[in-house]
Amino acid sequence: MEFKFGIEGGNFSKAGSASSEVKKILKQLNVNPKIIKRTVVSLYEAEVNVVAHAFEGNMNVEIDPEKIVVKIEDKGPGIPDINQAMQEGYSTATPQVREMGFGAGMGLPNIKRNSDQMNISSTVDVGTQVEIINYLS
Amino acid sequence: MVKVADVVDKLNARVICGECDLNQEVQFGFASDLMSDVLTIDTENLLLITGLNNLQTIRTSEMSDISFILFVRDKKVSEEMKQLACENEMTLIECGHSMFRACSALNDIGLKPVY
Repeated sequence: MEFKFGIEGGNFSKAGSASSEVKKILKQLNVNPKIIKRTVVSLYEAEVNVVAHAFEGNMNVEIDPEKIVVKIEDKGPGIPDINQAMQEGYSTATPQVREMGFGAGMGLPNIKRNSDQMNISSTVDVGTQVEIINYLS
Repeated sequence: MVKVADVVDKLNARVICGECDLNQEVQFGFASDLMSDVLTIDTENLLLITGLNNLQTIRTSEMSDISFILFVRDKKVSEEMKQLACENEMTLIECGHSMFRACSALNDIGLKPVY
Protein backbone atom coordinates (compact mmCIF):
# COMPACT_ATOMS: atom_id res chain seq x y z
CA MET A 1 0.00 0.00 0.00
CA GLU A 2 1.43 3.38 -0.97
CA PHE A 3 0.36 6.91 -0.21
CA LYS A 4 1.86 10.30 -1.05
CA PHE A 5 1.16 13.62 0.64
CA GLY A 6 2.43 17.10 -0.18
CA ILE A 7 3.84 19.42 2.51
CA GLU A 8 3.84 23.22 2.11
CA GLY A 9 6.84 25.06 3.48
CA GLY A 10 5.93 27.90 5.85
CA ASN A 11 2.24 26.98 6.13
CA PHE A 12 1.75 26.26 9.83
CA SER A 13 -2.02 26.05 9.58
CA LYS A 14 -1.60 22.85 7.53
CA ALA A 15 1.39 21.45 9.43
CA GLY A 16 0.46 17.99 10.65
CA SER A 17 -2.25 17.29 8.09
CA ALA A 18 -0.16 14.64 6.27
CA SER A 19 0.73 12.91 9.57
CA SER A 20 -2.94 13.06 10.54
CA GLU A 21 -3.93 11.26 7.32
CA VAL A 22 -1.33 8.56 8.00
CA LYS A 23 -2.70 8.15 11.53
CA LYS A 24 -6.22 7.58 10.14
CA ILE A 25 -4.91 4.96 7.69
CA LEU A 26 -2.96 3.10 10.40
CA LYS A 27 -6.01 3.10 12.68
CA GLN A 28 -8.14 1.68 9.88
CA LEU A 29 -5.56 -1.07 9.43
CA ASN A 30 -5.84 -1.89 13.16
CA VAL A 31 -2.14 -1.33 13.79
CA ASN A 32 -1.10 -1.55 17.46
CA PRO A 33 -1.87 1.90 19.03
CA LYS A 34 1.63 2.15 20.55
CA ILE A 35 3.20 1.65 17.11
CA ILE A 36 0.76 4.17 15.62
CA LYS A 37 1.75 6.74 18.23
CA ARG A 38 5.51 6.24 17.76
CA THR A 39 5.10 6.43 14.01
CA VAL A 40 2.88 9.50 13.82
CA VAL A 41 4.94 11.41 16.42
CA SER A 42 8.06 10.85 14.31
CA LEU A 43 6.20 11.77 11.10
CA TYR A 44 4.76 14.90 12.67
CA GLU A 45 8.20 16.02 13.89
CA ALA A 46 9.55 15.50 10.36
CA GLU A 47 6.57 17.27 8.79
CA VAL A 48 6.96 20.27 11.12
CA ASN A 49 10.65 20.39 10.15
CA VAL A 50 9.70 20.66 6.46
CA VAL A 51 7.15 23.40 7.21
CA ALA A 52 9.64 25.23 9.44
CA HIS A 53 12.73 25.05 7.24
CA ALA A 54 11.95 24.08 3.62
CA PHE A 55 10.10 25.49 0.61
CA GLU A 56 8.11 22.35 -0.10
CA GLY A 57 8.21 18.63 0.52
CA ASN A 58 6.56 15.24 0.17
CA MET A 59 5.72 12.41 2.51
CA ASN A 60 5.77 8.98 0.83
CA VAL A 61 4.29 6.17 2.88
CA GLU A 62 4.63 2.45 2.14
CA ILE A 63 2.85 -0.04 4.36
CA ASP A 64 3.29 -3.81 4.09
CA PRO A 65 2.39 -6.56 6.57
CA GLU A 66 5.77 -6.24 8.30
CA LYS A 67 6.62 -2.56 8.37
CA ILE A 68 5.83 1.07 7.68
CA VAL A 69 8.41 2.91 5.59
CA VAL A 70 8.05 6.68 5.27
CA LYS A 71 10.28 8.96 3.23
CA ILE A 72 10.03 12.69 3.83
CA GLU A 73 11.87 14.69 1.19
CA ASP A 74 12.09 18.44 0.91
CA LYS A 75 13.49 21.17 -1.26
CA GLY A 76 15.16 23.65 1.01
CA PRO A 77 18.36 24.88 2.59
CA GLY A 78 19.53 21.41 3.66
CA ILE A 79 21.48 20.61 6.82
CA PRO A 80 25.23 21.43 6.74
CA ASP A 81 26.17 19.22 9.72
CA ILE A 82 23.78 16.33 10.42
CA ASN A 83 25.64 15.17 13.54
CA GLN A 84 25.21 18.63 15.03
CA ALA A 85 21.52 18.72 14.03
CA MET A 86 20.97 15.37 15.76
CA GLN A 87 22.14 16.78 19.09
CA GLU A 88 19.33 17.61 21.50
CA GLY A 89 19.04 21.36 21.95
CA TYR A 90 20.64 22.38 18.65
CA SER A 91 18.21 24.46 16.59
CA THR A 92 18.19 26.95 13.74
CA ALA A 93 14.46 27.66 14.06
CA THR A 94 13.06 31.14 13.51
CA PRO A 95 11.10 33.05 16.20
CA GLN A 96 7.90 32.22 14.25
CA VAL A 97 8.60 28.51 14.60
CA ARG A 98 9.26 28.95 18.34
CA GLU A 99 5.94 30.79 18.72
CA MET A 100 4.24 27.68 17.36
CA GLY A 101 5.71 25.63 20.23
CA PHE A 102 8.66 24.12 18.37
CA GLY A 103 12.29 24.95 17.65
CA ALA A 104 13.80 23.59 20.85
CA GLY A 105 16.19 21.34 18.96
CA MET A 106 14.35 18.18 19.93
CA GLY A 107 12.74 17.17 16.63
CA LEU A 108 15.40 14.98 15.01
CA PRO A 109 16.38 13.22 18.28
CA ASN A 110 12.67 12.54 18.92
CA ILE A 111 12.26 11.08 15.43
CA LYS A 112 15.14 8.73 16.20
CA ARG A 113 13.61 7.79 19.57
CA ASN A 114 10.27 6.96 17.96
CA SER A 115 11.50 4.97 14.99
CA ASP A 116 13.08 1.52 14.63
CA GLN A 117 15.32 2.86 11.89
CA MET A 118 16.00 6.43 10.84
CA ASN A 119 18.13 7.44 7.88
CA ILE A 120 18.86 11.04 7.06
CA SER A 121 20.77 12.64 4.22
CA SER A 122 21.00 16.24 3.14
CA THR A 123 22.58 18.49 0.53
CA VAL A 124 23.05 22.16 1.35
CA ASP A 125 20.88 24.44 -0.82
CA VAL A 126 19.13 21.41 -2.32
CA GLY A 127 17.17 19.61 0.39
CA THR A 128 16.87 16.91 3.02
CA GLN A 129 15.60 13.31 2.98
CA VAL A 130 14.50 11.50 6.11
CA GLU A 131 13.52 7.84 6.06
CA ILE A 132 11.61 6.39 9.00
CA ILE A 133 11.01 2.65 9.32
CA ASN A 134 8.82 1.13 12.01
CA TYR A 135 8.15 -2.60 12.24
CA LEU A 136 4.63 -3.78 12.95
CA SER A 137 5.54 -6.58 15.34
CA MET B 1 -7.93 9.45 38.95
CA VAL B 2 -9.74 12.77 38.56
CA LYS B 3 -12.98 13.32 36.71
CA VAL B 4 -12.73 15.95 33.97
CA ALA B 5 -15.89 17.52 35.43
CA ASP B 6 -14.00 18.00 38.73
CA VAL B 7 -11.18 19.76 36.86
CA VAL B 8 -13.77 22.14 35.40
CA ASP B 9 -15.38 22.75 38.83
CA LYS B 10 -12.10 23.24 40.68
CA LEU B 11 -10.84 25.85 38.22
CA ASN B 12 -14.19 27.47 37.48
CA ALA B 13 -13.34 26.70 33.87
CA ARG B 14 -15.32 26.85 30.62
CA VAL B 15 -15.84 23.78 28.48
CA ILE B 16 -15.36 24.70 24.83
CA CYS B 17 -16.03 21.31 23.28
CA GLY B 18 -16.35 17.67 24.28
CA GLU B 19 -18.96 18.22 27.01
CA CYS B 20 -20.16 14.64 26.75
CA ASP B 21 -16.75 13.38 27.93
CA LEU B 22 -16.77 15.24 31.27
CA ASN B 23 -17.45 12.02 33.18
CA GLN B 24 -14.22 10.49 31.94
CA GLU B 25 -11.23 10.37 34.26
CA VAL B 26 -7.63 11.47 33.80
CA GLN B 27 -4.73 10.24 35.88
CA PHE B 28 -1.82 12.49 34.89
CA GLY B 29 -1.20 16.14 34.12
CA PHE B 30 1.57 17.60 31.97
CA ALA B 31 2.05 21.36 31.75
CA SER B 32 4.02 22.93 28.93
CA ASP B 33 3.89 25.63 26.29
CA LEU B 34 6.54 23.76 24.32
CA MET B 35 4.97 21.21 22.00
CA SER B 36 8.39 19.61 21.40
CA ASP B 37 8.30 18.58 25.08
CA VAL B 38 4.74 17.27 24.82
CA LEU B 39 5.80 15.06 21.89
CA THR B 40 8.36 13.30 24.10
CA ILE B 41 5.72 12.11 26.60
CA ASP B 42 4.42 8.59 26.17
CA THR B 43 2.11 8.52 29.19
CA GLU B 44 -1.51 7.61 28.53
CA ASN B 45 -4.56 9.13 30.16
CA LEU B 46 -3.12 12.63 30.27
CA LEU B 47 -4.48 16.16 30.68
CA LEU B 48 -2.35 18.69 28.81
CA ILE B 49 -2.16 22.04 30.59
CA THR B 50 -0.89 24.79 28.28
CA GLY B 51 -0.97 28.48 27.46
CA LEU B 52 -0.16 27.89 23.81
CA ASN B 53 -3.32 28.47 21.82
CA ASN B 54 -2.70 27.61 18.21
CA LEU B 55 -3.53 24.78 15.82
CA GLN B 56 -0.28 22.98 16.59
CA THR B 57 -1.44 22.46 20.18
CA ILE B 58 -4.35 20.44 18.80
CA ARG B 59 -2.21 18.64 16.20
CA THR B 60 0.41 17.75 18.82
CA SER B 61 -2.32 16.33 21.06
CA GLU B 62 -3.79 14.38 18.16
CA MET B 63 -0.42 12.73 17.46
CA SER B 64 0.22 12.11 21.18
CA ASP B 65 -3.24 10.58 21.83
CA ILE B 66 -4.10 13.34 24.30
CA SER B 67 -7.87 13.79 24.55
CA PHE B 68 -8.08 16.54 27.18
CA ILE B 69 -6.52 20.00 26.96
CA LEU B 70 -6.78 22.77 29.55
CA PHE B 71 -5.84 26.27 28.35
CA VAL B 72 -4.62 28.55 31.15
CA ARG B 73 -3.96 32.33 31.44
CA ASP B 74 -7.33 33.03 29.76
CA LYS B 75 -6.03 31.91 26.38
CA LYS B 76 -8.89 31.52 23.94
CA VAL B 77 -9.53 28.62 21.63
CA SER B 78 -10.03 29.73 18.00
CA GLU B 79 -12.84 28.39 15.81
CA GLU B 80 -10.26 26.48 13.71
CA MET B 81 -8.80 24.86 16.83
CA LYS B 82 -12.26 23.93 18.06
CA GLN B 83 -13.16 22.36 14.73
CA LEU B 84 -9.98 20.27 14.60
CA ALA B 85 -10.46 19.22 18.24
CA CYS B 86 -14.06 18.15 17.57
CA GLU B 87 -12.94 16.07 14.57
CA ASN B 88 -10.57 14.27 16.93
CA GLU B 89 -13.11 13.95 19.76
CA MET B 90 -11.09 16.04 22.18
CA THR B 91 -12.30 18.00 25.18
CA LEU B 92 -11.06 21.60 25.35
CA ILE B 93 -11.31 23.64 28.55
CA GLU B 94 -10.35 27.29 29.19
CA CYS B 95 -9.57 28.90 32.53
CA GLY B 96 -8.28 32.26 33.71
CA HIS B 97 -5.70 30.95 36.19
CA SER B 98 -1.94 31.01 35.74
CA MET B 99 -0.35 27.70 34.84
CA PHE B 100 1.21 27.44 38.30
CA ARG B 101 -2.08 28.02 40.09
CA ALA B 102 -3.95 25.60 37.84
CA CYS B 103 -1.31 22.87 38.34
CA SER B 104 -1.31 23.39 42.10
CA ALA B 105 -5.12 23.16 42.30
CA LEU B 106 -5.23 20.04 40.12
CA ASN B 107 -2.49 18.37 42.15
CA ASP B 108 -4.61 19.06 45.26
CA ILE B 109 -7.52 17.06 43.82
CA GLY B 110 -5.30 14.12 42.88
CA LEU B 111 -3.95 14.72 39.37
CA LYS B 112 -0.48 13.15 39.22
CA PRO B 113 2.69 14.43 37.55
CA VAL B 114 4.16 12.40 34.69
CA TYR B 115 7.63 12.60 36.26
